[in-house]
Amino acid sequence: MQIAGEELAPLWLGTGGLTSLETVRRVVAAGAPGLVTVSLRRVSDTGDGSLLATLSALGVRVLPNTAGCLGAREAVLTAELAREALGTDWVKLEVIGDEHSLLPDVVELLEAAETLVGRGFTVLPYTTGDPVVARRLVDVGCAAVMPLGSPIGSGRGIADPHTIETVRAAVDVPVVLDAGIGTPSEAAQAMELGCDAVLVATAVTRAEDPVVMARAMRLAVEAGGLARGAGRIPRRESARASSPMRGRVGR
Amino acid sequence: MHLSVNGRPHELPEGAVLNGLVAALAADPRGIAVAVNGSVVHAADWPATALYEGDRVEVVTAHQGG
Repeated sequence: MQIAGEELAPLWLGTGGLTSLETVRRVVAAGAPGLVTVSLRRVSDTGDGSLLATLSALGVRVLPNTAGCLGAREAVLTAELAREALGTDWVKLEVIGDEHSLLPDVVELLEAAETLVGRGFTVLPYTTGDPVVARRLVDVGCAAVMPLGSPIGSGRGIADPHTIETVRAAVDVPVVLDAGIGTPSEAAQAMELGCDAVLVATAVTRAEDPVVMARAMRLAVEAGGLARGAGRIPRRESARASSPMRGRVGR
Repeated sequence: MHLSVNGRPHELPEGAVLNGLVAALAADPRGIAVAVNGSVVHAADWPATALYEGDRVEVVTAHQGG
């Protein structure tokens, strides 16, 4: 898949929840992600400050997010700080409506997206499974749309596969399934539904073995993408034998 | 003078500039970004940016996140 002319692997990884920089290294090696996401936080509130150094040594693209922002203004400032700190004008734009559901506030999201596109950002918005909102985000210049499968960190998978298909059909930019994935079969399903990439954080970082889960996700995303290209069979009401009916023994 | 730095009260002598404050908070300025009163100040401008009573300063860096 491509974003702004750059070729990226279809598994994207979040780093939130990984317990050590060594685990970050091993997870990135196992998952071979197209990019990894980071958040921007006050220096006194951060732990080990060498996350960026670790990621840059791995040569993986870093995508800053605006996680936790509750309004357009806050999200725009966070994106500006991220551009300054990381030297990238790509941003995963997240504007949430409240801290309980973590669902996108699409009104603030659209406003922030339009402002940031105007300031030269490549905007990748975390959004709902609403095709009308997706189209509006593309209209203001977003480089992709990132609909949620189910709430962030819930691990409930793709609650309504049809919404993902309708978003896919509504826009001609890449669609990245963001949030809700719990297990590799759901990541494969996202690709089968027509997504171009899948962003997974909690499902890997809080798995019992994040390194093995990262590899499983990579394989699942590859399998789902191949299956999408191969074209699945239509669903049928009744059975259809795959072995020939003629020439059966005793008939 | 009294400022707010990363949401906490902070005391600085009159005439303090941004560069010194950032150096006190972060050993390595790479990967650091700063906003004063809601506007980003580029690293090149830190030495010439004077701080004033009541300024709100945010000093941020990359952290793990999804």
